[in-house]
Amino acid sequence: MSNVPADLKYTKSHEWVRTLANGTLEIGITDHAQHALGDLVFVEVPEAGRAVKAGEQCAVVESVKAASDVYAPLDGEITAGNPRLADAPETVNAEPYAAGWLMRLKPNPGALAAADLMSAADYHQLLDAEGD
Amino acid sequence: MGKRTVLFPLHQELGARIVDFGGWDMPVQYSSQIGEHHAVRRAAGVFDVSHMCVVDLRGARVRTFLGQLLANDVGKLTTPGKALYSCMLNEQGGVLDDLIVYYLTDSWFRAVVNAGTRDKDLAWMRRHAAASGVEVSERTDLAMLAVQGPEARAKAAQLLAPGDAAAALALGSFFGRELSGWFVARTGYTGEDGFEIMLPAAAAIPAWRQLNSLGVASCGLGARDTLRLEAGMNLYGNDMDESKQPFESNLGWSVALEPPGRAFIGRAALEALGARGSRAKLVGLVLEDRGVLRSHQKVIAPAVGEGEITSGTFAPTLERSIALARVPAATGAAVQVEVRGKLLNARVVRPPFVRLGKSLIG
Repeated sequence: MSNVPADLKYTKSHEWVRTLANGTLEIGITDHAQHALGDLVFVEVPEAGRAVKAGEQCAVVESVKAASDVYAPLDGEITAGNPRLADAPETVNAEPYAAGWLMRLKPNPGALAAADLMSAADYHQLLDAEGD
Repeated sequence: MGKRTVLFPLHQELGARIVDFGGWDMPVQYSSQIGEHHAVRRAAGVFDVSHMCVVDLRGARVRTFLGQLLANDVGKLTTPGKALYSCMLNEQGGVLDDLIVYYLTDSWFRAVVNAGTRDKDLAWMRRHAAASGVEVSERTDLAMLAVQGPEARAKAAQLLAPGDAAAALALGSFFGRELSGWFVARTGYTGEDGFEIMLPAAAAIPAWRQLNSLGVASCGLGARDTLRLEAGMNLYGNDMDESKQPFESNLGWSVALEPPGRAFIGRAALEALGARGSRAKLVGLVLEDRGVLRSHQKVIAPAVGEGEITSGTFAPTLERSIALARVPAATGAAVQVEVRGKLLNARVVRPPFVRLGKSLIG
């Protein structure tokens, strides 16, 4: 059974979103997603300053088996990509909700309210429906 | 639901992730694919390869039959137990399958062919065996375990009675023999030493459990794929198929054109091609930039032309990405690969990439 922290928001494409104290959002892939991918061997994160739209492909996580796109959950500007993942992509497997975050994003005004995000309970239901 | 090997309940019990592999429900990994890969390079691992097809070929003229059927020459097999790798070609010289054939007696050879080509191979063999009176029988009563790694032979020998264990440990590379109803062969698909063991189906689960208790790691098809690719071994259906001949599949070494009088199926087509030379070749690639090479990515050989990756992965032993690629014959030492919209640099090498735990790519 996957770990789904109650204090985060989730997307249908298995990203999580955390609101940091300064209003910036931290984004990663869920425990379910890292488990499904298996051992990650390459992660490409976006450059700071890049403007992204909700649903836009903005990072790549690759396991031994397959490559998978990661999407921006809402409109905004990237403030950071996680620098440690270039040399230690396995951090995403080990700590998907902590040191394995992928990117930080400053949402455009109103973007967070407009975003299609799920609660932990709803994400749990989605995983149940997918047979996790 | 796909076909299942006799070990399927054990794979489930061990928590394997099951995937479809050519119509078979097979374990792709038990815990970590990279961990399983390293277990084989550094110690020992066991794979369920019971989905592969074991075929016994019996008859007084079996050697003559195989001389026609196979592109490699079974005439090289002079000591009972010796194995030979060969392509089986169609009349056009295309690779119907690759297989290993063991010489057991003058009227009994055993072939092991790929799971995905089973029906096609059996039909082809039977069609051509009729004239020489050779009987083609699939051994569905046998399971098959591959125990691979530097410690594999010593561990696997502990499954055998003492006399049989000594005989198994005395086997030379690419030799097999029957020992109390088990067929033990010093062959594999990982680039490591080890055994492939064909045993009665009912013995497979107890043997696997005993190997686990001896410290042999359960390994899935995921690790099998990264190990074989590091070892520079082709995967049928990815790296060659009926539309490709051996000389454009890095398998020319396995085609025996001597003696010239041996009229194997596909020979005439290969000789006709030979005069013009192969237009393509299968090479190894080592990615110089960050990223992961995958099958079907486009390869650009500067000023020469384009090719395609046939198998690509992250190589756990090398901690970088490697691939096999079919490229124009004139391709030089450096190429570019189109990876997710970017051109990345790769070095052209001659496989294997890893042999007996050691990197060969410098």
